[in-house]
Amino acid sequence: MPLGNALRAATALSLITASAAFADGHATTITIATVNNGDMIRMQGLTDDFTEKTGHTVEWVTLEENVLRQRVTTDITTNGGQFDIMTIGMYETPIWGANGWLIALDDLPAEYDVDDILPAMRGGLSHDGTLYAAPFYGESSMIMYRTDLMEAAGLEMPTAPTWEFVREAAAAMTDRENDINGICLRGKAGWGEGGAFITAMSNSFGARWFDEDWNAQFDTQPWKDTLEFYVGMMNESGPAGFATNGFNENLSLFQQGKCGMWIDATVAASFVTNPDDSTVADSVGFALAPDNGLGKRSNWLWAWALAIPAGTEKEGPAKEFIQWATSTDYIELVAENEGWANVPPGARTSLYENPNYQEVPFAQMTLDSILSADPNDSTVEPSPYVGIQFAAIPEFAGIATEVSQEFSAVYAGQQTVDEALAKAQAITNEAMEAAGYR
Amino acid sequence: MARAVTPRRKLVNTGLAWAVGLLIFFPILWTILTSFKTEGQAIASPPIFLGFDWTLENYSVVMERSDYGRFLMNSIIIAGGSTILGLIVAVPAAWSMAFVPSQRTKDILLWMLSTKMLPAVGVLYPIYLLFIQLGLLDSRAGLVVVMMLINLPIIVWMLYTYFREIPGEILEAARMDGATLKEEVLYILTPMAIPGIASTMLLNFILAWNEAFWTLNLTAVDAAPLTAFIASYSSPEGLFFAKLSAASTMAIAPILILGWFSQKQLVRGLTFGAVK
Repeated sequence: MPLGNALRAATALSLITASAAFADGHATTITIATVNNGDMIRMQGLTDDFTEKTGHTVEWVTLEENVLRQRVTTDITTNGGQFDIMTIGMYETPIWGANGWLIALDDLPAEYDVDDILPAMRGGLSHDGTLYAAPFYGESSMIMYRTDLMEAAGLEMPTAPTWEFVREAAAAMTDRENDINGICLRGKAGWGEGGAFITAMSNSFGARWFDEDWNAQFDTQPWKDTLEFYVGMMNESGPAGFATNGFNENLSLFQQGKCGMWIDATVAASFVTNPDDSTVADSVGFALAPDNGLGKRSNWLWAWALAIPAGTEKEGPAKEFIQWATSTDYIELVAENEGWANVPPGARTSLYENPNYQEVPFAQMTLDSILSADPNDSTVEPSPYVGIQFAAIPEFAGIATEVSQEFSAVYAGQQTVDEALAKAQAITNEAMEAAGYR
Repeated sequence: MARAVTPRRKLVNTGLAWAVGLLIFFPILWTILTSFKTEGQAIASPPIFLGFDWTLENYSVVMERSDYGRFLMNSIIIAGGSTILGLIVAVPAAWSMAFVPSQRTKDILLWMLSTKMLPAVGVLYPIYLLFIQLGLLDSRAGLVVVMMLINLPIIVWMLYTYFREIPGEILEAARMDGATLKEEVLYILTPMAIPGIASTMLLNFILAWNEAFWTLNLTAVDAAPLTAFIASYSSPEGLFFAKLSAASTMAIAPILILGWFSQKQLVRGLTFGAVK
């Protein structure tokens, strides 16, 4: 019976494979968990250089950002020991460092030149003055704009514009008939997507997440002003469906010439000026993220950094890798292989003193943006937390995800600004009370 | 009496079936097409359907960057192993429930199904800690057991439904002829339920192949299957849709081929006993 034979064959095959499942071995190399982005992919491609120099080999576990975050959090909180190096950000590092989950990077050799790391990055990746992760690359946010459209609109972008100017310029550049939107901004729900943007923007309007007693502040005028300004400007000059646009969606729109301005991560500058991918590569200008004259701009600060979990048994080789990957020698290795525009930015001061890198069109604005961001003093009114587009407390990611969902519902026209802010206030206070802050 | 189907009605039904089929298949088709585009063409607006410069570059990049063979082998082992282990446990369980039911059989069946309603993340930490204690993290053996456990309720339910369609008198006759319990299950019950067992195997294999929560959370390097292979090409900061599509196409190709060749058995098994 053919059906029976097929079943028997399938069973035999499955039995063989099942028995093979119990014959696992264990790797002896360094295992690194990382995200899938251009700089990390380049690093993977250059790992042979590390192996040549140290004899250590490397296994990569590359995951999407949110999956990676969940994966490494599970492993480090249970002391699972699956990874010898983890790629984490400025949000996790001080929290995990304070919990004793990371090995301190306080014994790096003199030739590594730890003082060369940009102070803002070093501060954001430390706890109580101890460095717990070395920045692989850092970013702030800035305005990327179409110089040709700005000129056609008869305007000139100041180096440090205000939100009012940005709104006027966006309206002037908008050309619905030709599918050109004056401005493209993140609206997608998620604390690292639209949540990050609106929080950074709110700083420039004088808003803050918490007062000094950890009370939520969404019932204050600055938050109302922030959301009403954002919604008004995006309805006037933003793309259709902006409530679901994140970094990639806006990058795609900008590269296709459908955005007059885009305020987002400084690392995007290398994408939008790359003629292989961008149709507007030769007409992109840069400016600082806008402010409102209150002393705080709306740019954020972030770094993808390499940290060693306390559970690893390969601390020595892991430290050697971190020294290699975040060194000035590595930057030169990338420049040699891929060109100066592709070196990991935003981590070391010496990079911005290098005449070769100074020729890269977005280098100075990236540095200025990073230097103008201070995670320890991000709000107009005093606040109890560290962080610009986030508050570095463990509860923030969960709360901010929920709050950003409410905000996205406003962008999609499903509720009013007042309704969303009232819900955000309730969500945040409830969570902070449950966590024992209030 | 069966109602006569007019040629026109047959044509309409066929057209509708094709339309629904194409609608369901379209996301897969789009993924396959995107895998042959450049990154620029992949994000073009309006989207380009067929008039683009076909390229194999994405496949070449993916093959160069990842050890596809290792991911594929892990998927085969995990899906195959969990399927066979599941059948070994589920056939006797389903036999017992179908032919010698107790007062609590229905309750047990419902309870088994209710475990599927628990969000997986709710038991992530207990399972993770258990895996650390047992040294099963990033091992195919651990994944085989977990995949078997999460799919077991479905296997038992499906087999129970098939076994219930087999008249108990046939098994009684075998017993009267002197068949032992083992012979009854192996030589009478199993051959009669082959279509059902085959479709259960196929469905379980597909479910285990596509499972992405446990396979991502319990593996790192050695046991990572094709779901981890796909996840490694997803990026929130960078447009790599064409490469992601190439990776996805490579990950689903084996299961698509398997489904294509076994579709008759799958349909026969799934509709087994549905119409009397």
